Amino acid sequence: MQSEYSAGFTTDVESETLPPGLDESVVRFISQKKEEPEWLRDWRLEAYAGWRQMTPPEWAHVHFPPINFEAISYYSAPKSQGDGPKSLDEVDPELLETYEKLGIPLHEQEMLAGVVKDPDSVARPRVAVDAVFDSVSIATTFKDKLAEAGVIFCSISEAVHEHPELVQKYLGSVVPRRDNYYAALNSAVFSDGSFVYIPKGVRCPMELSTYFRINARNTGQFERTLIIAEEGSYVSYLEGCTAPMRDENQLHAAVVELVAMDDAEIKYSTVQNWYPGDKDGKGGIYNFVTKRGACIGKRSKISWTQVETGSAITWKYPSVVLRGESSVGEFYSVALTNNYQQADTGTKMIHMGPDTRSTIISKGISAGKSQNSYRGLVRTTPSAHGARNYTQCDSLLIGGASGAHTFPYIESSNPSAIVEHEATTSKVSDEQLFLCQQRGIDAEKAVSMIVNGFCKEVFRELPMEFAVEAAKLLEVSLEGAVG
Amino acid sequence: MSFLEVRDLHVTVAEKEILKGLNLRIESGEVHAIMGPNGSGKSTLASVLAGRPGFQITGGSISFLDQDIAHLEPDEIAHLGIFLAFQYPVEIPGVSNMEFLKASVDSLHAARGEQPLSTVEFMKAVRTVATDLDLNPEFLKRGVNEGFSGGEKKRNEILQLLLLQPRLAVLDETDSGLDIDALQVVAAGVNRFSAPGNAVLLITHYQRLLNYIVPDAVHVLSQGQIVRSGGKELALELEEKGYGWITE
Repeated sequence: MQSEYSAGFTTDVESETLPPGLDESVVRFISQKKEEPEWLRDWRLEAYAGWRQMTPPEWAHVHFPPINFEAISYYSAPKSQGDGPKSLDEVDPELLETYEKLGIPLHEQEMLAGVVKDPDSVARPRVAVDAVFDSVSIATTFKDKLAEAGVIFCSISEAVHEHPELVQKYLGSVVPRRDNYYAALNSAVFSDGSFVYIPKGVRCPMELSTYFRINARNTGQFERTLIIAEEGSYVSYLEGCTAPMRDENQLHAAVVELVAMDDAEIKYSTVQNWYPGDKDGKGGIYNFVTKRGACIGKRSKISWTQVETGSAITWKYPSVVLRGESSVGEFYSVALTNNYQQADTGTKMIHMGPDTRSTIISKGISAGKSQNSYRGLVRTTPSAHGARNYTQCDSLLIGGASGAHTFPYIESSNPSAIVEHEATTSKVSDEQLFLCQQRGIDAEKAVSMIVNGFCKEVFRELPMEFAVEAAKLLEVSLEGAVG
Repeated sequence: MSFLEVRDLHVTVAEKEILKGLNLRIESGEVHAIMGPNGSGKSTLASVLAGRPGFQITGGSISFLDQDIAHLEPDEIAHLGIFLAFQYPVEIPGVSNMEFLKASVDSLHAARGEQPLSTVEFMKAVRTVATDLDLNPEFLKRGVNEGFSGGEKKRNEILQLLLLQPRLAVLDETDSGLDIDALQVVAAGVNRFSAPGNAVLLITHYQRLLNYIVPDAVHVLSQGQIVRSGGKELALELEEKGYGWITE
């Protein structure tokens, strides 16, 4: 039995969508549509010029026909949304219902239920949500409540107008416009995304989250997230994503930048459930994302936790640049691929400051005919005295037709740095399955239990409600993986 | 109605015939022991009763509580009430013993159309059994069989037997590699399980387990067939004389 992708419905809403194709006028259109200042328009145009000179990366262990960038529409927004986020009462009920169906109520009472719908959910802690629908943010909840604490949480379009000095200072400061092909494309055409600013000494009073939804056909989603944590502040941020089931592939090329000052901590968690394509590998999202954090301050900490079950192809390496003395970078990842999915994911830990620390725990699960690769770079520069890294990279194979690959890169330029790498590959064994079945547990439940056990070290890094969701999501994603 | 009836059972493993027309009948309330030299087919019998994949039934029948179970899935057989205590229990890293036991108890309850136990009821049941078996409750938090000593693994099997309350317990050389204390704990557990509505099939190479669990019948398996059956005194005779005088 093949599981149904429960988020795979389409919302029937009238949209304003640019015709497919990309040239300078499209970049100008987006900038104009958002009434952006000149500097940002020029910033985009320069990114576009850079992108034109670049070629798509081909080193990843993934295979797909070349993307026709002329066939993609770069802007699509529900008409009812007008010129940007409104107050909740003004949001199109059709859109509210969409998020309701996905388990993300946008009224300010409950938390993001997230990526798998959970009808049993009871009281959940409150979470502020920024809901991004195709190219625009349609609503951000709890803004007023957060403002009392001095926290800014809004769409990036809004931030451009309300807090231009912050945006101008930090946009592209962690992921430069020409960082890579997809980051350059994003810099040229990004349409919306979330902006977070946590002032000095503030512990953000609730979890923040963004929920990305692709709805329109033949469009790409290019969102941009920027999170700035001032000295001594703390924020936990969650990200969820889904898309309708469609036969054609759709491109999602996001950029996420995190900045942490002295003693600041950013915890960024993702549960990615983009439509993975059908069981024959038709359709699904191309998730080509650049995520990077800069630990600028001393003793700052950035932690990425990701659970990747969706997308036809994942190309994603959430990284940390450890500049500040004694700063800490963490990467906890579960990547599950089934059927014909391909994932090439991992991290980069760039140690520049003295006594910087990083931990990488990666769990790859491959089922069906999927290919799952871990790719990780640990670099210690000459200034990174006493830097330490620990990497643990485990692969679990289900069935005999899938592949697991590990590509670790270590570049150590400091003799005092210690870099450790451990890797294992195991199979869900027939013996384990038989033991479970002999105790009455059916094969699918058994596999999901074994896989959850394998992922435990990562799940415990997730906020509690998210961990429950992640476990359920794995179960759904694994359906049909045995027997 | 018979409890367990195996008739003219032929079983092939990797294209080699291991069981060659085995007959066995067990009534409820009985304890049977199957003994025999290495390679006689003892573990194959245990595996095939539990529906383990890779064991091809090429002839004969297995009926349990008047149901033909020869071609059922292992979990379906478990739901009917057959429990196999493993000779070498496998480890499942990261899955806690508690979680595993809960999943197991829940699935058996569901299969019987019963309400699931509440977490409190479940914990209470597990702790009671664990205490009786002299198992530190800490071990319930550890991964299934992960890093357990041989004795702990076997005691964990008995814990599952007592908790899951099957109708037929098949013990596949559960006594192997146990010191005398562990052997007594295992035997006490099996004796506690043994009741009028249940039955036990002990598969063992050695007589010593039968000092603690007294069988109603002892069968000698040789070259895929039961070549002799008798009372508990047969085990003592085998202990004294070895298998040669029967199997040759």
